[in-house]
Amino acid sequence: MQVMQKLGMGQAVNQALREEMRRDPRVFIAGEGVGVSIHVNPMFPTHGLLEEFGPGRVKDTPVSEAAIAGLAVGAAEAGLRPVVEIMFNPFFTLASDMIVNHAAKLRYLSGGKSTFPLVVRIKSGAGFGAGCQHSHNLEAWAAHCPGLKVVMPSTPADAKGLLKSSIRDGNPVIFIEHMGLYFAPMPVPEEEYLTPLGKADIKREGRNLTVVTWSGMLGVAMGAAEMLSREGIETEIVDLRTLAPLDKETILNSVAKTGRLIVLHEATRTGGFAGEIAAVVMEEGFKHLKAPLRRVTGPDIPVPASPPLEQFYIPDENDLVRAAKEIF
Amino acid sequence: MEVPANKKIEMLETMILSRKFSDSLAELCRIERKIPGMMILSTGQEAVGSGVCAALEPEDVIITNHRSHNHLLAKGADPRELMAEIFCKKTGCNKGKSGTLHLAVPEVNAPCTTTVVGGTLPIAVGQAFAQQYKNEPRVTVCFFGDGAANEGSFHEALNLAALWQLPVIFGCENNLYAGAQRYEEHTRVQDMARRAEAYDMPGVTVDGNYAPEVYRAAREARQLALEGRGPTLIECKTYRCRGHGESDPQHYQPGDEIRAWQEKCPIPRLGDELVSLGVIPSERIKEMESLAEKIVENAVRFAEESPYPEPHEALEDVYV
Repeated sequence: MQVMQKLGMGQAVNQALREEMRRDPRVFIAGEGVGVSIHVNPMFPTHGLLEEFGPGRVKDTPVSEAAIAGLAVGAAEAGLRPVVEIMFNPFFTLASDMIVNHAAKLRYLSGGKSTFPLVVRIKSGAGFGAGCQHSHNLEAWAAHCPGLKVVMPSTPADAKGLLKSSIRDGNPVIFIEHMGLYFAPMPVPEEEYLTPLGKADIKREGRNLTVVTWSGMLGVAMGAAEMLSREGIETEIVDLRTLAPLDKETILNSVAKTGRLIVLHEATRTGGFAGEIAAVVMEEGFKHLKAPLRRVTGPDIPVPASPPLEQFYIPDENDLVRAAKEIF
Repeated sequence: MEVPANKKIEMLETMILSRKFSDSLAELCRIERKIPGMMILSTGQEAVGSGVCAALEPEDVIITNHRSHNHLLAKGADPRELMAEIFCKKTGCNKGKSGTLHLAVPEVNAPCTTTVVGGTLPIAVGQAFAQQYKNEPRVTVCFFGDGAANEGSFHEALNLAALWQLPVIFGCENNLYAGAQRYEEHTRVQDMARRAEAYDMPGVTVDGNYAPEVYRAAREARQLALEGRGPTLIECKTYRCRGHGESDPQHYQPGDEIRAWQEKCPIPRLGDELVSLGVIPSERIKEMESLAEKIVENAVRFAEESPYPEPHEALEDVYV
């Protein structure tokens, strides 16, 4: 029988790191405060790893995102399995040359001779009043770079299995964690397991409407699905889990079943990944659509700091219900 | 430290080979236009790659940049596979995916080459970290120009390498120009090596047109790195005799400046020394030249006769 524990996503990530570091001596972690942190909180992903694995494998770095990402690129090619952390998603820009021009491209440029098996963990998400230089979801940027895999788990259980798979993958993986999920404990199997990359997961079955979502928006989708159910609309929720590679099959099968699609994400609208999913469905599943599809996303503004403004920014259940009613 | 005679001969050989290789490419792309893309050559700068690589052992790693041909040849890369790759052919070392600019030759521990200026430094730090982590007795060298030393990655990489005392050698090939900007137009400090002081690592400036001096500095830096005493910044002062790339008309480089540096060409400089000291007879240099010529001709023939990759191969090698 599967033994379950209740963990926040940070704790689930911590468990995955611990298991992989125990299993494989090539795995090390590095980043700003991954060892000694300004936060002492057992809900955070790297809590306690320094004590177990020591400073040789848990490397606190200077505030140097380009060097952190470069460390991963060089060490990965040299046979290690780096898992490095970028503290907040907007700081991806500081690391982006090493990720976009190097991690993603050097294998291709070598004609497949050199490999870069690395993971860049990125903490993300609005909802902390931190403002737009700490809260800015850039997953669409990463997904726009061939050579990268992009993973965005929505539940602690998925985070554990997906991170373990990411560490064992032979490619550079951008692993984006929504910090709001760190503090919402949910059941996680105690045993070891791997969750495959590139496979979406149906988090709720329904026959009338497909909602494709990921990361911090899964909870919003689930709440809205309850509200819609009371009005007779049964929502199927496709949790993407991995943006690249994209599981088109699960999306298209769901749309074929329901005939209606809403894509929900926290990131801003223009150029957001919802547009990509909409395009895939228009190209390959148009015949199944009974109504125009809809996007429910953050508006095209920087994430504001003031709580009422930030709440205005983050899509909620009412936004999703309203969009659903427009297409019924 | 005395530079052994066999190392001096090795450096002369790889410099001569590099020069023949560059001269052939200059002709092929300027006169015959047989090669796609940009052509960036190391003509006149051969003492840097040849000097550094002679100081390395086969297990040592180099991470190099857009001006890589001399570095890779000196590290032992196969001239045929390099040339075929420069021609973007299927038989090239990277199956035509790199072209002239991003040549990767993991077989000689040159696993990646990057043309993003300043890109080599953080990657070399990662390689050196892996060597330290696995307790391997080898080092990593990264090559970069004076222009790259003004990228933020220079600062981040040197600081981290010094902090963790990583076995890395930062090889700054100061060829006096970053694009069209002469050194004093882009950098205030006269000797780039002085920046090492800011990271509490040794910094040495050497005559980058005299291979034995480059060799000596690299060998000493390698020894320090192997002893766990961390990184060294070596500035090799040399000169970019050709344009940034072959399409660059060099209108901003004074003719007498170019001529003065051509006088200081690193190849006759070492060759004449070896002959006058009686280390080798002058006929030996002729032999080296004709051998290099044959190697390059053979490489060009191989590249020209090789097929291009099939279009569908564009889709391969993105992911493992």
